[in-house]
Amino acid sequence: MLNSKIPAGPLEQKWTNYKGHCKLVNPANKRKLEIIVVGTGLAGASAAASLGEMGYKVKTFCFQDSPRRAHSIAAQGGINAAKNYQNDGDSVYRLFYDTIKGGDYRSREANVHRLSEVSANIIDQCVAQGVPFAREYGGLLSNRSFGGVQVQRTFYAAGQTGQQLLIGAYQALERQIALGTVEMFSRHEMLDVVVIDGKARGIIVRDLVTGKLERHFGHAVLLCSGGYGNVFYLSTNAMGSNVTAAWKAHKKGAFFGNPCYTQIHPTCIPVTGDHQSKLTLMSESLRNDGRIWVPKKQNDNRKANEIPEDERDYYLERRYPAFGNLVPRDVASRAAKERCDAGYGVGSSRQAVFLDYKEAIQRYGKIECSKHGNHNPSAEEIRHHGMEVVKEKYGNLFDMYEKITGENPYNVPMRIYPAVHYTMGGLWVDYELMTSVQGLYALGEANFSDHGANRLGASALMQGLADGYFVIPYTVGNYLADEIRTPEIPTSHPAFEEAEKAVAERISNLMNIKGSQTVESFHKRLGKIMWDKCGMARNAEGLKQAIEEIKSLREEFWKNLRIPGDINEMNPELDKANRVADFLELGELMCKDALLREESCGGHFREEYQTPEGEALRNDDRFMFVAAWEFKNGNNWDLHKEELKYDEVKPTQRSYK
Amino acid sequence: MEHYTMNLKLKVWKQKNTSSKGSFETFEVKDISSEMSFLEMFDVLNEKLINEGKEPIAFDHDCREGICGMCSMYINGRPHGPWHGTTTCQLHMRAFKDGDTIVVEPWRANAFPVIKDLMVDRGAFDRIIQAGGYISVNTGNAVDGNAIPIEKEKADSSFAAAACIGCGACVAACKNSSAMLFVSAKISHLALLPQGDPERKTRALNMLAQMDTEGFGSCTNTGACEAVCPKEISISYIARANAEFTLAALTSDK
Ligand SMILES: Cc1cc2nc3c(=O)[nH]c(=O)nc-3n(C[C@H](O)[C@H](O)[C@H](O)COP(=O)(O)OP(=O)(O)OC[C@H]3O[C@@H](n4cnc5c(N)ncnc54)[C@H](O)[C@@H]3O)c2cc1C
Ligand code: FES
Repeated sequence: MLNSKIPAGPLEQKWTNYKGHCKLVNPANKRKLEIIVVGTGLAGASAAASLGEMGYKVKTFCFQDSPRRAHSIAAQGGINAAKNYQNDGDSVYRLFYDTIKGGDYRSREANVHRLSEVSANIIDQCVAQGVPFAREYGGLLSNRSFGGVQVQRTFYAAGQTGQQLLIGAYQALERQIALGTVEMFSRHEMLDVVVIDGKARGIIVRDLVTGKLERHFGHAVLLCSGGYGNVFYLSTNAMGSNVTAAWKAHKKGAFFGNPCYTQIHPTCIPVTGDHQSKLTLMSESLRNDGRIWVPKKQNDNRKANEIPEDERDYYLERRYPAFGNLVPRDVASRAAKERCDAGYGVGSSRQAVFLDYKEAIQRYGKIECSKHGNHNPSAEEIRHHGMEVVKEKYGNLFDMYEKITGENPYNVPMRIYPAVHYTMGGLWVDYELMTSVQGLYALGEANFSDHGANRLGASALMQGLADGYFVIPYTVGNYLADEIRTPEIPTSHPAFEEAEKAVAERISNLMNIKGSQTVESFHKRLGKIMWDKCGMARNAEGLKQAIEEIKSLREEFWKNLRIPGDINEMNPELDKANRVADFLELGELMCKDALLREESCGGHFREEYQTPEGEALRNDDRFMFVAAWEFKNGNNWDLHKEELKYDEVKPTQRSYK
Repeated sequence: MEHYTMNLKLKVWKQKNTSSKGSFETFEVKDISSEMSFLEMFDVLNEKLINEGKEPIAFDHDCREGICGMCSMYINGRPHGPWHGTTTCQLHMRAFKDGDTIVVEPWRANAFPVIKDLMVDRGAFDRIIQAGGYISVNTGNAVDGNAIPIEKEKADSSFAAAACIGCGACVAACKNSSAMLFVSAKISHLALLPQGDPERKTRALNMLAQMDTEGFGSCTNTGACEAVCPKEISISYIARANAEFTLAALTSDK
């Protein structure tokens, strides 16, 4: 039943062959074909702009007040590309290999190879759009390293890479809006997909300002709606990030792939109290120059700067000498948890480790001083110059840390702890990015495709833009070429009628509960269950409990929720309720999926399955597959397995030692 | 850092929708931790209001990391509140002390109509970008990224302008409600790069014309915008954009 549609032929020829043979739509016909794009992050904005340029009629939606504010804006560290500008041995193959290995051998070779191939085009496209990437004095593009790899292939714009890439895509999108090829609907939330004769033909959206429901037709529907990390309540995602668009698609027949694969990012600012509404990432790029440590003594109450060098445990460097502080995220996160659980954590909660820049400031300071011909600099001069360099590279991150914590990270080490950050799972898609519903596509973080069980840093931006700029323009054409005879379906069609009615009913059901608990309180409780039992470490017992707890929380939600205000007006509490209701269903599926997978791989760590050294222990014989869940009814799902085949890379126990 | 808790009085603008008349209402919040962010303090207030059966206060926010530009509160007479170079979401409660009264309003400008309470419509900014805030390059048309070396200084200056988050604080701070800092940041971001050069004249002319159409006022160089910009965009970009505009107006044959 599952057909991943991977083209035949040698790995490095597959994409070229596909492009050479896929069907095309002629310009006159493109003008008659309508495409709906939900989402304006990197995936959505790049897709909408490119498809508009090609001549399709595009309608684009986002829930923020402007497409420029999609969550991609918050990405900090950078974007990978196999340019080999540093002459350090990088290549398409190496990026492909690192990504497959980083994903702990749970992603598709063909997809990842395509991603690596187009990575270089992304950088060119962004430069042409005016994205101000960091440059060297010679005027050429600069690179930095990121976790899980040994080359420098990450392009960046200080700590604001996502912002700059998104502004580039947003400007391309606004240009198409001005030209009339794309129509933009901001402050609109998609609440259902309309499927007619097995094909996606439109969506139902709510105008968040007036509360009115609207119907929109499209020959194809692209979901670029981002990840679902907020199921954990606390995460590094923006407050509005949600699963609703993907979940509605799931309930209309799109399979959900690997829902349990969650990325817990090792370097975030620790939780301070119950009031906490979100967690803030400190970019992985900080691990390039920062050193992570805890005291060698348990429950050490001394201040960081009072702990002498030989009483510090640089545990990543100790455990993983080959990669040191640059091990992949899943490894770094678990190592931090291990130290804190063992009583070596720092700060008042003891749920934190230090990220220290003292040595980097020294090192850069000395280099700068000799660049300026000062070969006998004072300690102060070294520190001054070192701080300048660190400020240029990471200034905005340091400022952010100081604003949140009130501590100056140039003087005292930062305190960090892992937090939910990214979801590798998502809607199952084939090679063409089509879900299991004809004409319904998923791009960017919303799909499950390229990162296996663990995403390497700087590769989500790459994937989002690859999907939008370079993949979908071909693959959607291959489908639409057969749709040129389908005239626009009027939205008075019974399928639209029915879908809108169902959405309206659900909204009025939510409003009519008139209970006593706020949406926020339910969301917090769900998040706690998920974090405790389906978070950084999982076990069968806990997952079974979580499933029961989520079920009863869901029942309570539908009995005791209180939403103030009315339906036909701007009502942020109602918007949140719609999203949390879906999280309460997704959470259960995530636990089910985690329970099924009796192995540890990447971000999915089952305590029962680990090596004697505490590393993730895969079981390739039983679990080398993508778990694609088909929604049946209530809380029943059928499991479909897509076997993963490795022709090029031999799966081994991942080692970063 | 010493942490403390505080009780506060809040005078907040309430307005049902664009067409209704708004007014201030007073609220009290208790036991606010100095570690909370300003918006978390609003979360506490909203939870309390809902529990009391009242309507919460509507405000815009999303990333809560100071980068999306969505949050927009005018706090004690200053866009984004008392801290320099900080968005509302990054303002933390240690900026206040027990017993303080805090006045919170939406951005006020004709071009930014209030949608509800503290939320405004900033669609005008998108339309200004539509008028020319881009480089016309279709997907697939690009040359190698390193084919066009760019002087580091220019690239850095372009980046500093591109750091604008489009929040609109500059407009809210300006007595003329001018959008000149926003517009000039975009004009400069693109004009400083060789890729942006071919369209620089039409870009400057069209974006400035759109700014007028949207009903923003003109710039009289008071510098209020620069003082409140959370990304510390320099007012020198306004001079740059004016020069672009003058050059374009003189040489344009349109
Ligand atoms: C703090 C942070 C830092 C990161 N740093 C990096 C990095 O350095 N490098 C890297 O590669 N990756 C990074 N990532 C990951 C990366 O940013 C995201 O995975 C990526 O940007 C997702 O892009 P997207 O286009 O898929 O979705 P998003 O950017 O999340 O966009 C989703 C869009 O969908 C819209 N939407 C959602 N639901 C609906 C609905 N129901 N109706 C209408 N519209 C809807 C939203 O309005 C939005 O426009 C980071 C992530 C975070 C949280
Ligand atoms: S909420 Fe994004 S900048 Fe404040």
